[in-house]
Amino acid sequence: MVRERPGVRISPAAPATKLLATRRVWGQNKWMTDHHHNHDEGSELSDTALRVRALETLLVDKGYVDPAALDELIDTYENKVGPRNGAAVIANAWTDEEYRQRLLTNATAAIAELDFVGRQGEHMVAVENTEKTHNMIVCTLCSCYPWPVLGLPPIWYKSPPYRSRVVIDPRGVLADFGVTVPENTEVRVWDSTAEVRYLVIPQRPAGTEGWSKAKLAELVTRNSMIGTGTAISPDELET
Amino acid sequence: MSKTENNLARKLPEIPIDDDGPVFAEPWQAQAFAMTLKLHEKGAFTWPEWADALGGELKAAGEHDSVDNYYLHWLRALEKLLDQKNIVQNDEREDCKAAWDKAARATPHGNTIVLGT
Repeated sequence: MVRERPGVRISPAAPATKLLATRRVWGQNKWMTDHHHNHDEGSELSDTALRVRALETLLVDKGYVDPAALDELIDTYENKVGPRNGAAVIANAWTDEEYRQRLLTNATAAIAELDFVGRQGEHMVAVENTEKTHNMIVCTLCSCYPWPVLGLPPIWYKSPPYRSRVVIDPRGVLADFGVTVPENTEVRVWDSTAEVRYLVIPQRPAGTEGWSKAKLAELVTRNSMIGTGTAISPDELET
Repeated sequence: MSKTENNLARKLPEIPIDDDGPVFAEPWQAQAFAMTLKLHEKGAFTWPEWADALGGELKAAGEHDSVDNYYLHWLRALEKLLDQKNIVQNDEREDCKAAWDKAARATPHGNTIVLGT
């Protein structure tokens, strides 16, 4: 089996490959093997693992990357960002009309107010779901995604079927995700680029009047901010 | 992802769904991802340049490619871009890879693999 390294979640679906799990010895050009084999002789690394290791070794030597900083970055994206940042933004917009206006007018600045700043200098655009319009986001080119607010994209977001189908048949994709949009509601699909990333503001569920921001944020799912889902209703939250 | 969303999403025949948020299937994927972000921060390339490089690899792979290969395309795009930029050339990368392979094979299991200098 592939052992988990700190800060990296290993998908349970990951095949038990012959890949040798390794971890770096801090600050040195050394790697520990965490895994045992049937044989007593030398270790074997997968071709891909060797490629990554070679690249990292050279980039460290050339001063482009610092091994400890790489681990910190992975940890940040895996454990500290996630969609919670986005949920806080949405809860703020639901409860503070002035913030909502700022978010719709200049999302980059409004998100920065909450100290969620991107690393790629992304220009953020917030699109609001209403009775009239349902928004969805995709990146047909690769998988540009609003990382500062949603963390890393889900696997399906990166998949060729999603990237192509959402443009051709957005309602069909929504139906696959269990979301039904009324016929007279327009469905808009926003194609992210390296420069512009979109964030969907889902509709605030009914029956949440007077709720705190923290409690409202619990209703905001990652998918609701991509547009492939809706916010959780108070009933669903209790179940 | 809420339980409801998760159950519904599982009905999808074609779009692969993860259980809960982003995952790296293997450690090398996280390393490749993090190196790319750090290189961008260092100004090695612009983000549009990276998006083009990755987009090109994904497009070449086609619509029916498995999402499992996503980070393989990512890695290939990174290798190519770094070679184009003369940051890490293909030759030195191959040499370094061979050195790691040799070092690994010479190291008993459970021991630290050290790259010979």
